[in-house]
Amino acid sequence: MLKRIYAVFLARNREFVRDRGTLAWNILMPVILVFGLAFVFGGEGRSQYTVGVLQSSSEIDAADHPFLESRYIDFVPVTDETDGFRKVERHRLDLLVRFGDERRYWVNPESPTGYFAERLLLQSDAEVGGQMQKAQISGDPIRYVDWVLPGILGMNMMFSCLFGVGYVVVRYRKNGFLKRLRATPLRPAEFIVAQVASRLVLVLIVTTFVYLATHVILDTRMDGSYLTLLLVTVVGCISMVSLGLLIAARVTSEELAGGLLNMISWPMMILSGVWFSLEGAGPAVQGLANIFPLTHILDSARAVMLDGATLLDIAPSMIMLTLLSLAFLALGAFYFRWGPD
Amino acid sequence: MQIALEARNLVKRYPGVVAVDGVSFKVTEGTCFGLLGPNGAGKTTTVEIIEGVTPATAGEVYYFGELAGRRFREEAGIQFQNTALQDFLTVRETLEMFQKLYDRHADLERIIEDCSLGELLNRDNRKLSGGQRQRLFLAVALVNEPRLVFLDEPTTGLDPQARRNFWTLVRRIKANGTTIILTTHYMDEAHVLCDEIAIMDAGKIIASGAPDELLRSRYEGLVIELPLEDLSRDLDGIDHVVYENQGIVEIMSTDVSSSLEALAPRVQNLNRIKIRQPNLEDLFLDLTGHSLRS
Repeated sequence: MLKRIYAVFLARNREFVRDRGTLAWNILMPVILVFGLAFVFGGEGRSQYTVGVLQSSSEIDAADHPFLESRYIDFVPVTDETDGFRKVERHRLDLLVRFGDERRYWVNPESPTGYFAERLLLQSDAEVGGQMQKAQISGDPIRYVDWVLPGILGMNMMFSCLFGVGYVVVRYRKNGFLKRLRATPLRPAEFIVAQVASRLVLVLIVTTFVYLATHVILDTRMDGSYLTLLLVTVVGCISMVSLGLLIAARVTSEELAGGLLNMISWPMMILSGVWFSLEGAGPAVQGLANIFPLTHILDSARAVMLDGATLLDIAPSMIMLTLLSLAFLALGAFYFRWGPD
Repeated sequence: MQIALEARNLVKRYPGVVAVDGVSFKVTEGTCFGLLGPNGAGKTTTVEIIEGVTPATAGEVYYFGELAGRRFREEAGIQFQNTALQDFLTVRETLEMFQKLYDRHADLERIIEDCSLGELLNRDNRKLSGGQRQRLFLAVALVNEPRLVFLDEPTTGLDPQARRNFWTLVRRIKANGTTIILTTHYMDEAHVLCDEIAIMDAGKIIASGAPDELLRSRYEGLVIELPLEDLSRDLDGIDHVVYENQGIVEIMSTDVSSSLEALAPRVQNLNRIKIRQPNLEDLFLDLTGHSLRS
């Protein structure tokens, strides 16, 4: 029995070691992951809350209040009161505080992290006599579910597009189906367009169904136009499928394809604001997030759903997504190979 | 008749291996051309270069006098030795999908009937037997009413009955005026189906021509076969070409009567002696020396 186990064990190890792409990936992946996470969440440990400090200057003076000396809280200067309120409403800030003569704070009653940040603030404030006044933000508070719904739909779209196209194309290449298609008049560009269209239709149906069900059952907020939201979904989906096709353009190993797709999808999920806002993160991290299609999809969808943004308002993100799609498609078509040869 | 296809000096090199080494041949329209050779001879690579699915290191392919390109892809039908189809599609859906990739369309119902796929149309293409799958692959190769069909080892793995049924199908395709390029390592198949053949070994064509002409030019007379174990003495003094192949002694004789006379005292059981025409298998063994020559 051991002999048979050993024979299969040895064969599998040889396969793994001789598949250079997969081998390199397995060595590189942990290194990239460690350095990437160190870059994103570097410093003195990851902050748990983000608090806006309403003031005229862009520098925060920790001597203003003991709360400002709290560890694991990102304090972000906010110079525009309206902007600060909007960020609290949209769960991008857990709390907004103002020190000085008129000490006040604003919190979204629907925010779980806001609740804990408020507790910490009041505890610190009690040390200096408890002068902080709680103030109301006008209008309906935005629930966390309203904020997170676009994130979840976007994440689902991302995985469906990247893996549903990228992984499948690699499988087609590996099992010889692409070779069979190559022997027909079908051109690479036609094959790519068909893949994009197929996934687009599928994702649109699934996303629309999930959105409508959630919207009806949870009464999620929708301040903008459904047509604009549909456009965001279409453009976003095309960009994601294009990215999947680019990754799969030449890869012949499913293991390598899986690794590459994970390398793209996980940072997007962390940095594009699916679950939490990156408000307060360093400019380098925010810059990195801005090259990801998912960031633009979520920013646009949230703007339409929560702020009632028009197509003109989200035009910069739409243009960025279109440019990314064109770049991914052009590179994907250029590098595309039907077979391993 | 026009030249439907011409391969000129095709070369395919892989690191450390020359898979195809300067292969050239012409195929006349409406004929069946066989590319023969053992496994690893370079037949499939040669054909895949011609089909355009494997890039050549050197050489050109001409289709009706022009470099093979868009028109070739539109008018050629290809049955691969091993291929995958789109999963979860039925036989009919598979045929319809491939047909839509071409501007030229054959009558699908006729193909279904010719390839005996009528009862399988609603079956998942992954759930077909070896013979059924080969028939589907052939049907896929015919959906565009091709002027030229490539059949790459179409009967490998099929039982004798299924092979013969397949031959009937191929004859029917040829009867419509379609040019066929067949690769096979079954010499009998090539002899039965092909008007012209080229025999490949180690990446090169070592003989070509019409099968019967090749045999006539090489051999005069008949082959006498007898089991090695029936020989009581050696064959010293037998003045003919002699091979021993897998326990069978083959004697190429131009005068069968005198050969049998010479053999009679040395053979224990004369009833097991067979006399037959030389075939392509003999030619191949003769040309390549892959058999033990005594």
